[in-house]
Amino acid sequence: MLIERKWKKWIFFYLPMAAFIVFTLFPFYWMAVTAMRPDEELYRTWRQASATPFWTLAPTLEHFRNLLQTTAFPHWLWNTMLIALVSTAISLVCGMFAGYALARLKFRGSEFLGTAIFVTYLVPQTLLFIPLADIIRDMHLGNTPWALMLTYPTFLIPFCTWLLMGYFKTIPKELEECARIDGATRFGAMIRIIFPVAIPGILSAGIFAFTLSWNEFIYALIFMSSAELKTVPVGVVSELIRGDIFFWGQLMAGALLGSIPVAIVYSFFVEYYVTGLTGSVKG
Amino acid sequence: MANVTIRNLNKNYENGFHAVKDVNLEIRDKEFMVLVGPSGCGKTTTLRMVAGLEEITSGEILIGSDVVNDLPPMDRNIAMVFQNYALYPHKSVYQNMAFGLQMRKYPKDEIEKRVREAADILGIGPLLERKPRQLSGGQRQRVAVGRAIVRHPEVFLFDEPLSNLDAQLRVQMRVELKRLHERLETTAIYVTHDQVEAMTLGDRVVVMKDGWVQQVGEPLELYGKPANKFVAGFIGSPAMNFVDVMISDAGGALWADAAGLRLKVPPHMVERVRAHAGERVTLGVRPEALHLANGSDQPDYSFATAVDVVEPLGNEILVNFRAGGAPMVARVDPAVRVKARQGIRVALDPERVHFFDEKSGAAI
Repeated sequence: MLIERKWKKWIFFYLPMAAFIVFTLFPFYWMAVTAMRPDEELYRTWRQASATPFWTLAPTLEHFRNLLQTTAFPHWLWNTMLIALVSTAISLVCGMFAGYALARLKFRGSEFLGTAIFVTYLVPQTLLFIPLADIIRDMHLGNTPWALMLTYPTFLIPFCTWLLMGYFKTIPKELEECARIDGATRFGAMIRIIFPVAIPGILSAGIFAFTLSWNEFIYALIFMSSAELKTVPVGVVSELIRGDIFFWGQLMAGALLGSIPVAIVYSFFVEYYVTGLTGSVKG
Repeated sequence: MANVTIRNLNKNYENGFHAVKDVNLEIRDKEFMVLVGPSGCGKTTTLRMVAGLEEITSGEILIGSDVVNDLPPMDRNIAMVFQNYALYPHKSVYQNMAFGLQMRKYPKDEIEKRVREAADILGIGPLLERKPRQLSGGQRQRVAVGRAIVRHPEVFLFDEPLSNLDAQLRVQMRVELKRLHERLETTAIYVTHDQVEAMTLGDRVVVMKDGWVQQVGEPLELYGKPANKFVAGFIGSPAMNFVDVMISDAGGALWADAAGLRLKVPPHMVERVRAHAGERVTLGVRPEALHLANGSDQPDYSFATAVDVVEPLGNEILVNFRAGGAPMVARVDPAVRVKARQGIRVALDPERVHFFDEKSGAAI
């Protein structure tokens, strides 16, 4: 009986799990291997007798050096970071207040407003960029970081609002009522009690918003034209693919460096972020 | 210290539900008033209106001599203990208790003094640095009470504070709350659905149903002289036995008849019951007013039946049987030995028989 259970666990748990891990992590491995492969290995055919497609025998940091020295990659990294942080901050603040209002305040049309905010999230960016481009041009924001810092919230605010609204609803009303009896105003109770209690939810909304703006491509492609001002996803693609020539080593090095900050942010807050999603507060 | 006056209080929710109907109450200074009733009877809504957490549709609430209808909760000088404790999970026990004082800008040493004092009273001194999630249910309850008493409010409001505790702890906390009230001498309004809590804690008890106040009185008054059938059935456990009877006038006496049951209306009731001669009324008798008949019982106040189920509880035995077409329970001495299906004669205490109008349910 016990033995049977053991092999069952292998078949139904460990094997699928291993397959899944390989499937998810392989692109990262491929990225890393390609980034460290010397050019001779990259641009020869795999049918060659000495080909080693899954590893390299002569790892090199050449591509990283070229990326950092010959392209504006450090600028892209900085731009991306700054834009992601500012747009996340704007969206979080708006999302916290809007989410609280939708979760707690009873006012005429609150449900309609909630749905309306959600619907704006469903409008595809590939449509929305057309009117936005017009606005950006009229406000003379084109080719400045503000073009992105102010347009990213158009999809981040609805996202944060909905995530936080859900989280606020799991916080018992009595906490707030108690604070109001204890001498806090409604606003005071929100700032002093509800927001601190909602930190896991706020953090996970923040992480998601940060990742979404870090990876954003289409607005960054359209609203930024100077090479210096680009973000990592756009910069890597537009500067390292020239016509039909792909600088594979540098492309992969850029992709790898570009995904590291996001990975760090995730691993740092992973616990909060899980409770934020499954969310619940017990008094 | 203050009395609380509630005048013609009504609450209509937006969905049209009329939760509280014309409630009038006068809660005296230092009194422990309990609101009790089944769920949905409006007791919690009434309490929340006193707290300022629920808008008042019509009527007035006064704390002391001030109308507080339009005052926010923070300005009413009340403290409230919630059913789920509502401790702030991100604050320590000390911070939880100090929060209300900090919001009112008390000096630091005064806060410290009051929190220590309350912690001593409740025996939670060693827990002050812990977070709420590190506490047991009973400890959380104490912290919630402590948070209320540090404020020295004019009125305490309790919203079913013991219903999340297990049975044993509930009994213990009940005694502690009573002791605390005697020590603090502060007006308290306490909401519960548990009639035992209501009877043991309350100086006076308000029984509510469907938004209406059914009766206000001291616990023993509710038990001994229920105003209507609902109060009679709600207070006391096991509940009062009810049987529908027909009142008839025969041989100079009044009789209450039901199938297989003929009881004489006790002399002290005759005058009031006479008006209902020839009508159906409900006869009520508490399980403890019934006993197994022996030779000395008058046949006019006893009847024959057969035992249905016996519940031996140790200090007493509950004997279930049917009489006059209704199920009944008698609470008898544990020395009595009876078995299921055994034929018995049950006698009732004529001094403790109640009659209720069949339609309105009002006591006759």
